[in-house]
Amino acid sequence: MHFGPHLLLAALEGLVTSAVLALTALGLSLVFGVMRVVNVAHGEFFMLGAVLAWAITTAIGGHPALGFLAALVIAPLIVGAIALVAERLVLRRLNYNPEATIVATIGMLYIIQQLALTFYGPEARPVEPPFSYRILLPWFGYSGYKLSVIATSALLLIATWLVLTHTRIGLVMRATQYDSETAQAFGIPVGRVYGGVFALGAMLAAIAAVLIVPISQAHYLMGQDPLLLSFIVVIIGGLGSLRGTVVAAVLIGLSDGIISMFFSPTLAKIIATLLVAMVLVFRPQGLFGTASR
Amino acid sequence: MTETNKAEATSQALTISGLDCFYGEVQVLYGLDLVLNKGEVLCLFGRNGAGKTTTLKAIMGLVPSSAGSIKLAGQELTGLPAHEVPKAGVAYVPQGRRLFAEMTVAENIEIGLMARGKGKAARENVLDLFPLLRQRLRQRSGTLSGGEQQMLAMARALCLEPQVLLLDEPTEGLMPSMIAKIRETVSKLRDMGVSTILVEQRVDAVLSVADHVAFIENGRNRETVDVEELRADPSAVRRYVGVG
Repeated sequence: MHFGPHLLLAALEGLVTSAVLALTALGLSLVFGVMRVVNVAHGEFFMLGAVLAWAITTAIGGHPALGFLAALVIAPLIVGAIALVAERLVLRRLNYNPEATIVATIGMLYIIQQLALTFYGPEARPVEPPFSYRILLPWFGYSGYKLSVIATSALLLIATWLVLTHTRIGLVMRATQYDSETAQAFGIPVGRVYGGVFALGAMLAAIAAVLIVPISQAHYLMGQDPLLLSFIVVIIGGLGSLRGTVVAAVLIGLSDGIISMFFSPTLAKIIATLLVAMVLVFRPQGLFGTASR
Repeated sequence: MTETNKAEATSQALTISGLDCFYGEVQVLYGLDLVLNKGEVLCLFGRNGAGKTTTLKAIMGLVPSSAGSIKLAGQELTGLPAHEVPKAGVAYVPQGRRLFAEMTVAENIEIGLMARGKGKAARENVLDLFPLLRQRLRQRSGTLSGGEQQMLAMARALCLEPQVLLLDEPTEGLMPSMIAKIRETVSKLRDMGVSTILVEQRVDAVLSVADHVAFIENGRNRETVDVEELRADPSAVRRYVGVG
């Protein structure tokens, strides 16, 4: 294959990574932006989404599209409910103290992971894609499902942006993010907003996992990489910034896809980590974050 | 309840009795008593750290009280979650404005309207009171001048159409023309029947807009005096604040 088509293939693979990463990182970024909670268990909500997608598609059977669509709706709802319970039982009782919640979410990470190991097992299990259409380009054929992942993710990101900027719920979330005390003085139930945002963050991770699981398989340890990459994305993009998260996810996903294909995946990770270090030194608030509130 | 007590209760917009408040382990208010009559401006006057801002925050439920009572026209406010207090009819303009700086003027006003489900009419009334804001609706509030920001902070609070308005140092850091405008607005609000508690450091501002002045010292209300008495004998200002 010539360099041009090879680069196009690498870019497409990178965009699939970017799409899933943007959704996962957006969840992490929203939780930190609004609640000031660094959710170390975020990757486990991603893993739960994938594991539940396998369980739902297996239970439903029939045409793969049927099970997949059910998983795309049900898995995020279950994960959101679990996150809401965790927020009420753990984070609220700690009064959202930044240090205490880091330790608590580390605990949540291990509890969720071990429960998945106990009830799901150590095997990696595949989920069939809803369709297996291949788009034939002049140089190579490419998975139609992977392109649909990019499109779905883009749609969800646009929907999230519209909710945040054009709806009352979005206004309430942004007011809580900017100044939670003043928000309360204007009748905003900050505790309920926190619960909703934590659930929404987990649901975004779960949706990303359902989208990617037909490509990568479900495994109880699969939450670790997305967590690390999400942290890289939100540090580069700026915690709490939707625009920054999307730009950083595309940057990291594309560089990961292209560098991995032409050089090595290890070099791609080294460059991403180096980028984080440079951002932390020269622009600690991230590319699109605000310096202080 | 005797006839006299009943008459007092109906003329009082807000009463605080025996209020104790803590920041962590540190006690800030010690059995504070305060009465705000309907349609009047009560000024809290005192040195920095006396407990004036804490009193306002305690009324809003933003600082928990460990003892005492805060009643809004007879309705107990202590124990209510902070987000329920504005719905009861108390609006707050915090020190330093605390606008949602990344949001537009229109969005800040929308937040004010949401608290008590007020609609277009409340929005129009507020914009009539501060016509300058009408031209700035799409501007980010963080880019407004200090005086415009103060107007927006007051507009946002007035969107609640409150019975009681709490103003924490609204003239702080403003130029004289803007201070006059703020004073004029406070007087206008009194004429409209809004009862106001005003925290103020400037003696001239206190004397020009207040009906009563409460001298707050070490978390206690030492004395509440009629502003006419204070004009005639300003010794209380010297006694509690050391100026005047």
